[in-house]
Amino acid sequence: MKTADSVLNARGRLTVPWLIVPPAAALLVFFLMPLLVVLAVSFASRGTYGGIEWTLTVSNYTSILDPLYLRIFWRSLWIAVASSAICLVIGFPLAYAIAGAPKRWQGALLLLVIIPFWTNFLVRTYAWMFILRTEGLLNTALISAGLIDQPLNLLYTDGAVLLGLVYGYLPFMVLPLYAALERLDPALIEAAWDLYASPVRIFTRIILPLSKPGIIAGCLLVFIPSLGAYVTPDLLGGARTLMIGNLIQHQYLVVRDWPFGSALSFILMVGVLLAVMSYLRAGGPKNLA
Amino acid sequence: MFLLAFRRSRRGFYQSVTDSSVDIRDVTKRHGATVAVDHLSLKIRKSEFFSILGPSGSGKTTTLRLLAGFEQPDSGEILIEGAPMQGVPPNRRPVNLVFQNYALFPHMTVSENVAFGLEMKGLPPAEVGPRVVDALDMVRLAGKQDRLPSQLSGGEQQRVALARALVNRPAVLLLDEPLGALDRQLRQEMEVELKVLQERVGITFVCVTHDQEEALTMSDRLAVLHHGRLLQVGTPEEIYSGPVSGFVANFIGVSNSLSGRVQELHGETVSIAVDGIGVVRSIAPPGVDVGRSVVMTIRPERLRLAHDTGHEDPNDRRNHLIVRVAKAIYSGSDTHYLLTLPNNQVWKAAVQNSESPGKRFSAGEPASLTWSPADAVVLTE
Amino acid sequence: MKTRHWIVAASITDLLFLYLPIAILIVFSFNASKFSARWQGFSLQWYAKLFTHEALLSSTWNSLIVAVVSTILAGMLGVLTAVALERQAFPGLHACEGVLLLPIIIPEIMMGVAMLLFFVMIGVKLSLVTIIIAHTMFNFPVVALIVRARLRKLDPQLEEAALDLGATPWTAFRRVTLPLLMPGIIGALLMAFTLSLDDFIISFFLAGVGSTTLPIKVYGMLKTAVTPEVNALSAVLVVISMGLVAVATWVQRK
Repeated sequence: MKTADSVLNARGRLTVPWLIVPPAAALLVFFLMPLLVVLAVSFASRGTYGGIEWTLTVSNYTSILDPLYLRIFWRSLWIAVASSAICLVIGFPLAYAIAGAPKRWQGALLLLVIIPFWTNFLVRTYAWMFILRTEGLLNTALISAGLIDQPLNLLYTDGAVLLGLVYGYLPFMVLPLYAALERLDPALIEAAWDLYASPVRIFTRIILPLSKPGIIAGCLLVFIPSLGAYVTPDLLGGARTLMIGNLIQHQYLVVRDWPFGSALSFILMVGVLLAVMSYLRAGGPKNLA
Repeated sequence: MFLLAFRRSRRGFYQSVTDSSVDIRDVTKRHGATVAVDHLSLKIRKSEFFSILGPSGSGKTTTLRLLAGFEQPDSGEILIEGAPMQGVPPNRRPVNLVFQNYALFPHMTVSENVAFGLEMKGLPPAEVGPRVVDALDMVRLAGKQDRLPSQLSGGEQQRVALARALVNRPAVLLLDEPLGALDRQLRQEMEVELKVLQERVGITFVCVTHDQEEALTMSDRLAVLHHGRLLQVGTPEEIYSGPVSGFVANFIGVSNSLSGRVQELHGETVSIAVDGIGVVRSIAPPGVDVGRSVVMTIRPERLRLAHDTGHEDPNDRRNHLIVRVAKAIYSGSDTHYLLTLPNNQVWKAAVQNSESPGKRFSAGEPASLTWSPADAVVLTE
Repeated sequence: MKTRHWIVAASITDLLFLYLPIAILIVFSFNASKFSARWQGFSLQWYAKLFTHEALLSSTWNSLIVAVVSTILAGMLGVLTAVALERQAFPGLHACEGVLLLPIIIPEIMMGVAMLLFFVMIGVKLSLVTIIIAHTMFNFPVVALIVRARLRKLDPQLEEAALDLGATPWTAFRRVTLPLLMPGIIGALLMAFTLSLDDFIISFFLAGVGSTTLPIKVYGMLKTAVTPEVNALSAVLVVISMGLVAVATWVQRK
């Protein structure tokens, strides 16, 4: 009879790999299978009442080539890229400052960065609605201060969506950047300084190259959720700023064209995989830190 | 200590004060509440190999960083080659620093590392190449140009760090504990190499270390720092045989001591009464009078041991003591003896093994200890 | 080179950027005015309204059930995974590590969509159970990652010392490794709990009739009539989240 002792041999190594089986099975059944289902359904056709009819077709994919949809893909792509870039620019000084702070403060400072992330995403998005609405805080303040007569149309724009995404995913950029910068040996910066480098060149020749893994990880962690965002464009963008996520939701829950929605999802998936592959090729760290 | 011969063969040091490469004038630096460097004044001559020696916390690293420009003095001035360095940042000083852990740029090859300073100064690429090759040749690393620092051994990394600094032809080269990370064998080789290198390039080297053997071996002159204050400056011989204080005596090499009171003064000679021992004779230091408390120090290698514990020759001006050998420690070229003195103090004697193959002592044996009054140093404190 | 002033200034601006919107919400939750943006006096009425809002309370209850159950399941699967990956070199280990990261990386909408289709295909009705399964799936890799990192940092010599002193491997694991892992496990569980409470998009896709969770309800409120209660609700959620994070961090410090 197998006792617990024989499960782990003398060096703590598992003698039987069955420990991995339940999690692996769960992943297989409840994660990989569903993804395969999506792929399969994307080749089916929409039934009359919104179900699935198994007449195989590629029309779902060809319909995507409609300029209407392509515009939405394009918008999603550039918004995702822009949000990564903005997060990088905004987040770098913060990560640098935390990495340079006295050791005993670094934990607390990181916590400060993480806490907003743990608050409900809807709440955080709503905060911007509250501020940017026509009768929201910003407009009310500006009007009371006499700076403008008419309220500004700030909400329901691409800019508002971008703002919401940057706000939501900034911590995802700061953390990997911090991890990379914290590993940087300060003596390297002093050495470059001793060797006649100006602050700008210290940054471009030493700091930037050596924090590349962090930069790439951060960009990936912001790009992917931004690409597939739903809540932010829905609440802050309205009907004028549709992204892939909104499109997918629309197809699934409103129009109930599941095959088409699946095709869209699959394209999104491909986009994400491409991003991950370029990440790995560009030398991103395997464990995201 | 055989490398002392090295320095004796060099030219003399009769240079005037205006030949200072580095002039530290009454510099003080505080770190919070601690005074790291306390009113330090030091002049380092051109083309000399100068070491700053002291235990941790003595202010030597701070002094180096002040010279490099990573810190600014709270008061006082630093001049390098006659030019004041007030407010001058590190990237504009004619000095280069070899860091303790080398600080080689991990993402650059050896030649890219070495070329870095030249690039920053804007040297055209056509000129950079040859100079890098020369620098690598000088430190005997030709052929490793395209390696990354992670692919080099510790000794090789250090040589890259040296080349990277020297290629810029600085007026002063600063070295932070250069031999600390090397194992013993490598360390002894590098002591010679560094010395040879410095003589070849003729640049002023300022080396900071806590290892007195390193400092004594490599330096033309050295300074001993303690709690941020300068205790003594001089050539290795001057400091070794003439320490000005107990701390210096004990920090540089091993030292045996006896505390007592001055009994008599005969011109140059002083007689010191030591409890439990009797009277010992030595050379009188300046400014001492009868009744004063003094400490007599003597180096282990200046002590002579003999089996004959018999009669004293009245004409013999040397000091004699009957001691008991507590322990004999064989260490290759010498044998170190721990000796118990009549007053129960323990002294260390070092006898070269080649000198007296038949005159070994074993633990428990009595022995006759002799030394010349001129070999000891008397300190008033 | 000391951190330059502009870097510090930029960082403070960043932090303000992160916190100001939340702070504004909290401040205005006490606004007596019904039409929000103009300050008209201090009031707690919106908080009072919260506690009597039926639908809100029932959806909160649903969220709690889902969070607790999925956290427990995620915890078990996650710890199993972490131990398996760290202590065993089996073929396909790297593939497993990669696949494990997938639920974390892919956009949530993908996961919501895929699971919706899957459940429909196999004929499972949408309910709290489907939500629980989905939450477990995206949470357990997070737990596994955190616990594994913690496991890795553990000095292997500690277990070896236990073995040397006569313990069996299982006992060594139980008495030495597991207790040392506990802070990490608890921290990971708290994180999973928070992620589950917070989740909107996946729950949105998988909620059947009568299985509304709190975020779904909040979303509904945001899309329709925006009453000032939302500010109060937001403030409450923020405070709870911060509290959970604080506890999680404090536990992990040990």
